[in-house]
Amino acid sequence: MGSLLVTTSLFTPFNAVVYAVERPKDPSKTWWGYGIDIEKCIGCGRCANACKTENNIPKQPFYFRTWVEQYTIKNDGTVKVESPNGGIDGFVQSVPPEDIFKAFFVPKLCNHCYKSPCVQACPVGATYETPDGVVMVDETYCIGCRYCVQACPYGCRYINPAKNVADKCTLCYHRISKGKTTACVEVCPTHARILGNLNDPKSPLVKFMKEHTCLVLKPHLNTGSKCFYNALSGEVR
Amino acid sequence: MDICTNLSLSNINKSLNMPPQLKRLIPLFAIFIFLFLAARSFLVPKSFGEQGHYRFNSIAENKEKAMIYAGKEACDDCHSDRIQEMETDLHKGISCETCHGPGSAHIANPDSIKPMIPKGRDFCGMCHSLNPSRSKLVHQVDLKEHNVTENCIECHNPHLPCQMKK
Amino acid sequence: MEQNFQHLYDMLSQVQGFIYPNELDLQWGLLIVLYPYITGLVAGAFILASLERVFNVKVLGPTYQLALLTALAFLLVATMPLVSHLGHPERFYEILMTPHSTSAMAIFGFVYLWYLMVVLLLEIWFDYRQDIVIWSKETKGFKGRIYKILTLGVTDLSPSTIKWDDKIGYFITVVGIPSAFMLHGYVGFIFGSIKANPWWSTVLMPVIFLFSAMVSGIALVLFIYMAVSFFRKQKIDMPALDSIAKFLFYILVIDFTMEGLDQIHRIYEAEESFEILFLLVHGPLFLTLFVFQIFLGTVVPLISLGTLQLYKPSEKIRKIIYLSCSLLVLFGIFFMRWNVVIGGQLFSKSFYGFTGYKLHLLGSEGFLFSIIWVIIPFFILAFLLWLLPPWKKVGQHENN
Repeated sequence: MGSLLVTTSLFTPFNAVVYAVERPKDPSKTWWGYGIDIEKCIGCGRCANACKTENNIPKQPFYFRTWVEQYTIKNDGTVKVESPNGGIDGFVQSVPPEDIFKAFFVPKLCNHCYKSPCVQACPVGATYETPDGVVMVDETYCIGCRYCVQACPYGCRYINPAKNVADKCTLCYHRISKGKTTACVEVCPTHARILGNLNDPKSPLVKFMKEHTCLVLKPHLNTGSKCFYNALSGEVR
Repeated sequence: MDICTNLSLSNINKSLNMPPQLKRLIPLFAIFIFLFLAARSFLVPKSFGEQGHYRFNSIAENKEKAMIYAGKEACDDCHSDRIQEMETDLHKGISCETCHGPGSAHIANPDSIKPMIPKGRDFCGMCHSLNPSRSKLVHQVDLKEHNVTENCIECHNPHLPCQMKK
Repeated sequence: MEQNFQHLYDMLSQVQGFIYPNELDLQWGLLIVLYPYITGLVAGAFILASLERVFNVKVLGPTYQLALLTALAFLLVATMPLVSHLGHPERFYEILMTPHSTSAMAIFGFVYLWYLMVVLLLEIWFDYRQDIVIWSKETKGFKGRIYKILTLGVTDLSPSTIKWDDKIGYFITVVGIPSAFMLHGYVGFIFGSIKANPWWSTVLMPVIFLFSAMVSGIALVLFIYMAVSFFRKQKIDMPALDSIAKFLFYILVIDFTMEGLDQIHRIYEAEESFEILFLLVHGPLFLTLFVFQIFLGTVVPLISLGTLQLYKPSEKIRKIIYLSCSLLVLFGIFFMRWNVVIGGQLFSKSFYGFTGYKLHLLGSEGFLFSIIWVIIPFFILAFLLWLLPPWKKVGQHENN
């Protein structure tokens, strides 16, 4: 039995994690993933703005399904991170250029983990991962205990102030299941954001992953994140 | 109670060896558990547990939300000339809704609802203001110095940015 | 909602460094600090009672029923802070109907029901049944009717039946000890299992919660025993009191060791989160951790109670020391919960900054509303002591 386990783990992706959602073996089934090219993000904030509009989220600077962070690494090694209103109003660089070692923008959103700690934590089964790999909230069932918000390592969940339930990026499920793309990908002017089907070798996301060295955020937490970053610098959390 | 019933009850008692407390408590707990299970059949929503520990119908409900952004292909139906024009210049590949905002309402009512037209220097500055965090991917100007009294679109054609108006 | 926005705008100005935009407002506030505190009191009071019943610490006899009734009074209130903090309290039943087997929090409904119905209520019933039957016959009026209902119709007072009261009660207490560990241990696991939060995620969290719960429960019984004896103008049984204080001291030593081990390990390994946690502990959490929890809540009681193990002053001085130590410990353990719950949310999961916690006086998460849940149990206890006075008991269980 033990040797069987070892051999299987060497040849197929092995998920000992009990609550993991399995990637569909049938290649005709979709397995949604997301890609972000940090080299292309210009911090215009159109993505965060479009997301709020598309998903009817209050425009106050408090609830974000997606946002953009500006990282400024100074010559002395200190790191400054900021995200004023999630980047919706754009960014100002207050550090003088001569002090800057490196600076870049990092868009963030729900990673739609397939070993999702937030789904694991929900006490009633109000948040779940669809068979095609999108983590969503059942707003008629959520009791608003906020355990999932605590469990998410990426800070992508919040409590919807109007409905008092947990809320987060749904990968615009109402759009992608009808053949459209997500609002954030739609409006990104530099195509820094990529939506794709990980089960389809011809999808733009799979091409992106082949052509770039991709990392996920906080890999040591083994969340099974399906959000792949190109040019993810070591300072990014 | 006559002696016969008394004897048989005490026989049952002895054979079961059950004290009166348990004879009262066990049925009480059984009733409670039964009521709990009965409540469950009402309170657990339909479709719960079909695919996993969640209400399966929620997936369909999440699909039913209205779309507010229409997507560039939708603009192409009526405005293909503008899109083709843009393909010849630097702003090609940018979705119309990036600058003009969501278009579904306009598509539903093309004459009465128009998409927004961006105004002011700060809007163009979202992408084009000078910022060392921005790669050289995009042309940048220092908005505090560059023609501060004028609107960007007085000189620049937003759909054909390389062609100056004056 | 407008008021909430105003609160959030105020919070924006309190941010230091960088936090994820959604981390501005703390998700779990004072109400969630109170829940582990109250269940800890319950578990601790019960463990003290079980010391007498199961481990034959006879000297604790005078406090057995008091500890049980205290546990019941607090357990009845324990769910309220949780349910009232939910976004949808009316959906609370879902935790009982569709508990998610991978979620530590899902155990809550069943562990609570089990502990309330099978452990506490039954144990108290078995211990008091003989007296309830007698009182139901002697008392008239409304109180008499309550007694009659409480007998559940089992009015047999024959010696064999009373022996059953004893045996089953003993069995329930034995079962109750791991149940009490479950009742509070799972709360520790709720925090300890969150890998996203390095202040919470530690193997020792259930253990730390359990031992601090025992400490707070014992301190509570110590305080209540002294208070009730004072109000009844009754002489305190000093051996019992000395014994409770001795157990308080021993468990406090273990608790201190466990918490110290957790921190030493954290400091030694100095993982990725160490720098931000260092800033947390020396900044926003300095007062509540070093001064309230560690110094006032642990070190001072340890030194005073420890000294009493070696040198025994007069009864009067011992009583003063016990009273002040019990209050200090109750105070300190409250802040231990505060430091875990609030502290864990003050720093950003990006490890780049802090937010602040603003406790309002009014409102559904406000101080006044929360304090109610600590005050009500005392009224319930007063009612229980009126209904089931331990000093008027005829039947005393044998120690099996």
